[in-house]
Amino acid sequence: MSEATRDPAADPQAAAATTPEEPEEPRGFWARYARANSLVVTLLAFVAAMVLGGILIAIADTRTQDASHYFFQYPWDTFRYGFAAIWHGYVALFQGAIFNPHTAAKGTWAGYVGPISETLTNATPLILGGLSVGLAFRAGLFNIGGQGQVIMGAVCAGFIGFHYHLPPGLHLLLGIIAGALGGAAWGGLAGLLKAKTGAHEVITTIMLNYVAVSLLAYLLSVKGFQAPPYGQAISNPVYKSAQLPPLLGSSVRVHGGLILAVLAAAFVSWLLNRSTLGFRLKAVGANQYASRTAGMSVEGSYITVMLIAGALCGLAGVSQILGTNSQLTGDIDAGIGFDAITVALLGRANAKGIVAAGLLFGALHAGGTQMQSATGTPIDLVQVIQSLIVLFIAAPMLIRAIFRLKGTAAGVGGGELAKGWNG
Amino acid sequence: MRHSLKIVAALGAASLLIAGCGKPSSSNATDQPTATDSTSGTTSTASLKACMVLDVGGVDDHSFNQSSWAGMTAANKANPNVKISYVSSASQNDYVPNLTAETNKGCDTVIAVGGLMGAAVAKIAKKNPDQHYAEIDSPSSGKNVYGLQYNTAQGGFLGGYLAAAMTKTGKVATYGGLNIPPVTIYMDGFWEGVQYFNQQKGKNVQVLGWDEKNQKGGTFAQSFTDANKGKQLTAQFQQQGADIVFPVAGGTGIGSAAAAAASGGQLSVIWVDTDGCESVAQYCKYFLTSVTKNLADSVEEYVNKAASGQFPQGNYVGTLENDGTGLAPFHDFDSKVPAEVKSELDTVKQDIISGKIKITSPSQPQ
Repeated sequence: MSEATRDPAADPQAAAATTPEEPEEPRGFWARYARANSLVVTLLAFVAAMVLGGILIAIADTRTQDASHYFFQYPWDTFRYGFAAIWHGYVALFQGAIFNPHTAAKGTWAGYVGPISETLTNATPLILGGLSVGLAFRAGLFNIGGQGQVIMGAVCAGFIGFHYHLPPGLHLLLGIIAGALGGAAWGGLAGLLKAKTGAHEVITTIMLNYVAVSLLAYLLSVKGFQAPPYGQAISNPVYKSAQLPPLLGSSVRVHGGLILAVLAAAFVSWLLNRSTLGFRLKAVGANQYASRTAGMSVEGSYITVMLIAGALCGLAGVSQILGTNSQLTGDIDAGIGFDAITVALLGRANAKGIVAAGLLFGALHAGGTQMQSATGTPIDLVQVIQSLIVLFIAAPMLIRAIFRLKGTAAGVGGGELAKGWNG
Repeated sequence: MRHSLKIVAALGAASLLIAGCGKPSSSNATDQPTATDSTSGTTSTASLKACMVLDVGGVDDHSFNQSSWAGMTAANKANPNVKISYVSSASQNDYVPNLTAETNKGCDTVIAVGGLMGAAVAKIAKKNPDQHYAEIDSPSSGKNVYGLQYNTAQGGFLGGYLAAAMTKTGKVATYGGLNIPPVTIYMDGFWEGVQYFNQQKGKNVQVLGWDEKNQKGGTFAQSFTDANKGKQLTAQFQQQGADIVFPVAGGTGIGSAAAAAASGGQLSVIWVDTDGCESVAQYCKYFLTSVTKNLADSVEEYVNKAASGQFPQGNYVGTLENDGTGLAPFHDFDSKVPAEVKSELDTVKQDIISGKIKITSPSQPQ
């Protein structure tokens, strides 16, 4: 990092970032956000987050801590152990996310593709959730209700999955539809409240999260929903016929939810770039007053986009209950609803970006599990790195200052600070 | 130039200060991995690599993760050849990858904490028939899985009996963190203990906050960490006339202890899971006793058995008989609990062990 700070000219990426600016102030949050964050800033934010994360790994390492007590006698020990901790940590992160020579040496299929499978398994619900949040962003809505929508999707899909005995293909299809509808209902409710009463979607979606969490906790104590012998708050397991099929063999976890995620990304991309509805949603997101004057139904757009966003989160719930897990527990949403917000931000609310961001976060989480097991580095660190990435991206001026990037001047940062989400 | 001088001066001063603070221990200076190699070579009879997969909440959750890990550290302290490590789960998505990673790491035994992990353990254990597993709060699912469960209704029963015998107002209270079986099993036992006291003595002590016959009802804080909520609930109970409160809600219960401290001796608390005089020592004088769930000792015992090469099979159920659950010492209340009540508690305990008293809680391990 320090080299880059001192010598920006030698860095071709930094040079590429100095693109000439367009003179006029872009309208709408997304236009400003997208322009302020070139791909270079995204990459550099990742680098900066990894460097800071590395420092935290070293600080958390007990051997480095011990060595730091006698830093002024043998300073080299502190650095040696610190760098060793960072190296082992990031090697384990890579091994958990991409390829692990130790498990591959066993020669089993799971040994080779296990890490990639884990990355894809973790990425699947994040992509679906990210698409949901990103789509709502584009229509000017901030969907914080991912948690509730994921839970409702998982509850509905799970109920179909363990309550009915149906032929294989049909059972799965009904489960998926039920999950999407469950999420859509929960999202649509917030959209309806916004359209009919003007209730702010941030408030209503957060409140609906609480309702969904409590509803799930209640359902997990109801016989017929809860698994016998009723000793734990866990639901009956979903029948095999309703489970998403494994994609790379039954020895690894990646499942058909990934196909749902890819299809959903293609759909969202088509919706935003090719369809009339998508144009209307974007117009409403850019300026609801102008859209209303132009004869578009702003209320209708809010309801529609929240229905679709809810359905996408519902599908993330489907991936959770019919794919990754087979039983509902109190934390079936696994933080996806909130991680989805950062995925959507990182992916700059377009489908391709969200898929890439989802894969990155999925890889970080898969690697974090291995890192924790192999080196004892707490998995919380992965969340810190994810948060740092988003923090740096949300503050492009900071990254530009750290890496001495030329170009965009104070206008962008100041403008963003001054205006809110729906400005 | 002036700046750099200042920095040099500051660094110099700092180094003088810190240089006195620490020196490398001999093992650190001579780069030590050889030391452990040589010892493990000589005393290979009782060495073990024990790995723990924790549930959501972290290792310092004041609850089952922490108690289970305490058993591991105790085993390690007694026998340094028992190597211990843990991984924690951020959500239920992590159960399978964590168990897989620990299995691949070459652990001699993998100990899974929390009943929600039961299905994941069963699945992984089936795939790795030569690997030993232990599962806390869930029954054994195969030859290579040892199940550890705790019938804390028995300990709760004694707590309820004691509360009923000690109340001056004729009202005692209990509340939970969440309405889930590992919590309500304590409340069931407490409720039954009070009913048994009433039946034996012809009294009518009331239980506020829980009724075993109405499993959907009851008072819950909806949190295992919110001490303010615990204080508020306890104050409500006190207003309704209760003078002994049994919180089954982890850290939320600290609010009850605080309410007891504020009541000036009117109110006392029965702590849960661990001996409150050790885990929340600052409130010791308000704790009548504690109803314990002895995770630490049973985990330590399992690890020790495994280290000696004999991996136990089947299920362990913690009961009054094997001290897997029970009452902690009375500590400051020792002089206030009448000898008569103490001997009655012993009788009740024996009657539960012998089966003369039947516990009816639906949440008991089968």
